[in-house]
Amino acid sequence: MREIVIISGKGGAGKTTIAGAFAHLAENAILCDLDVDAPDLHLLLDPDKREESEFWSGHEAVIRAEDCVHCATCLNMCQFDAIEFSIEGYSVKPFRCEGCKVCVELCPAGAIDFPERKCGHWFVSDTRFGTMVHAQLFPGEENSGRLVTLLKQQARQRAEAGGLDLVLSDGTPGIGCPVIASLAGTDLAVVVTEPTPSGIHDLERVAELCEGFRTKVAVLVNKWDINPAMTEKIEAYCRDKGYTLLCRFPHNRAAVDSMLERKVLTEYDPGGLGTLLKQAWKDTLALLEK
Amino acid sequence: MIFAIASGKGGTGKTTVSASLATLWENDVTAVDLDVEEPNLHLFLNPEITGTEKGYVTVPEADEERCVKCGACRDICQFKAITLMAGTLLVFPEMCHGCGGCMAVCPEKALIPGRRELGEIVRGRSGNMEFLMGRLRIGEAMAPPLMRQVKERMGFIATGDVIIDAPPGVSCPAMNAVMDADAVVLVTEPTPFGFHDFKLAWEAFSPLGIPMGAVINRAGLGDSTVQNFCKEKGIPIWAEIPYDRAIAEAYSQGRVIADAVPGLRDTFLKLKEHMVAAAEENDMLGVFRA
Repeated sequence: MREIVIISGKGGAGKTTIAGAFAHLAENAILCDLDVDAPDLHLLLDPDKREESEFWSGHEAVIRAEDCVHCATCLNMCQFDAIEFSIEGYSVKPFRCEGCKVCVELCPAGAIDFPERKCGHWFVSDTRFGTMVHAQLFPGEENSGRLVTLLKQQARQRAEAGGLDLVLSDGTPGIGCPVIASLAGTDLAVVVTEPTPSGIHDLERVAELCEGFRTKVAVLVNKWDINPAMTEKIEAYCRDKGYTLLCRFPHNRAAVDSMLERKVLTEYDPGGLGTLLKQAWKDTLALLEK
Repeated sequence: MIFAIASGKGGTGKTTVSASLATLWENDVTAVDLDVEEPNLHLFLNPEITGTEKGYVTVPEADEERCVKCGACRDICQFKAITLMAGTLLVFPEMCHGCGGCMAVCPEKALIPGRRELGEIVRGRSGNMEFLMGRLRIGEAMAPPLMRQVKERMGFIATGDVIIDAPPGVSCPAMNAVMDADAVVLVTEPTPFGFHDFKLAWEAFSPLGIPMGAVINRAGLGDSTVQNFCKEKGIPIWAEIPYDRAIAEAYSQGRVIADAVPGLRDTFLKLKEHMVAAAEENDMLGVFRA
């Protein structure tokens, strides 16, 4: 079983556009959208939901006003500024509560409940390119590495059960908890970047994270022609670090136009931009063999 | 007053908008980059860095001699950061959220406060502008505690208005960044991805009751779904930035687009007026409510 995840450090670099095209080109793959916070791959793949499950993770503290003795222990002990004191008494701000249980355990009146927290849903769907595992967190919930890990486990299990040998994931932006969960156990990270100051800055940071995980790095420069000099700089950096350069992808409206038609680029423009992506996908697969 | 520049999705132009606003703000202003996973604002504002300090989270360290292996610390820890294995207490600092529960419940005071580095807090100046950002250490999963520390510094140093470049998405880091704002600017683009994430962000931030307006970046690139949605929901559109290759190129060169592209300065000045008016109106309503 092999795993490829498409990441970028920065949002909006074109992860999902590339992931959609690769999903089309991949044979024998389970598809996975690991961006559980702001998933977009479903907009291109139009999944037909086959299974839907609730995602529960951790707990949150809830103060029972009638039992509260106003001792302020919870307020003083909470490291997350999640306890609020107002004219109505003490209460917990759910957005700030990390579910650490400190207030629950230390409340002398036993006035704090600790119910489980329902954070969102996850799905297994059919798409025109095969099975896809994806999720949607409720707004404001912790962008949970746990949900990312769960999706990856599900994708692996289903790939194995279906005799498929590849998990292809659209990753998450940033370098924090969800990306760390995305990279765990992944063979190859395709990093999509842009020739901009933010693009190169974020590429450097996320590639360093990949190295920490001993995940192979391949780089695709999107919109390379808006700044050829910066593209050269990125490519020199990659050569220096030993990262594979997959392809230079031009700035092109077709990326948006295909999105408006709910198609991936290799469907929308198979002969032009599609050709570039086909070669990039071939090279990506070849890297897995090395 | 505090203004947060947010977006459901990365790459829609938050940093572009933040940098332009901060640059043309005539009053005292502090520009704050709360996207601690991938801070980019400094790449456009080029502040002169005046100070860097490390941010830490307090994690427990075990004093083997005092520990009686009662397991109380392990039992309270919701993050699996402490285990007892073959009679040895093991602490995994990278899993620790710093809630302090283990130290509070240990009957022998065998856990002493140690620390784990989260990243750094960088302060700088550029003309009349104060600058502040957090930068998460690579491999560190927990962005919110570092964000909190940046916000604390913000409380000390900000004298005039504050412009916050918020993290992407709608999960807890993003909520945390916009929570204390007097007005929120939601940056989006008129594409299916942009619209999908804009809706999520609007749903997530609406319950906070903070005045919100939209900035449509790359207007003319996609369709008018975002504009229609804004009309339907009564979300004011405070600015439209046209789709223009010259803007993409200016951005890729690290330039502040309000300065680099003719006509945009007026667009941003108008945006500023709308933001200030919305915050002031809300402030007045607050006085009436009180």
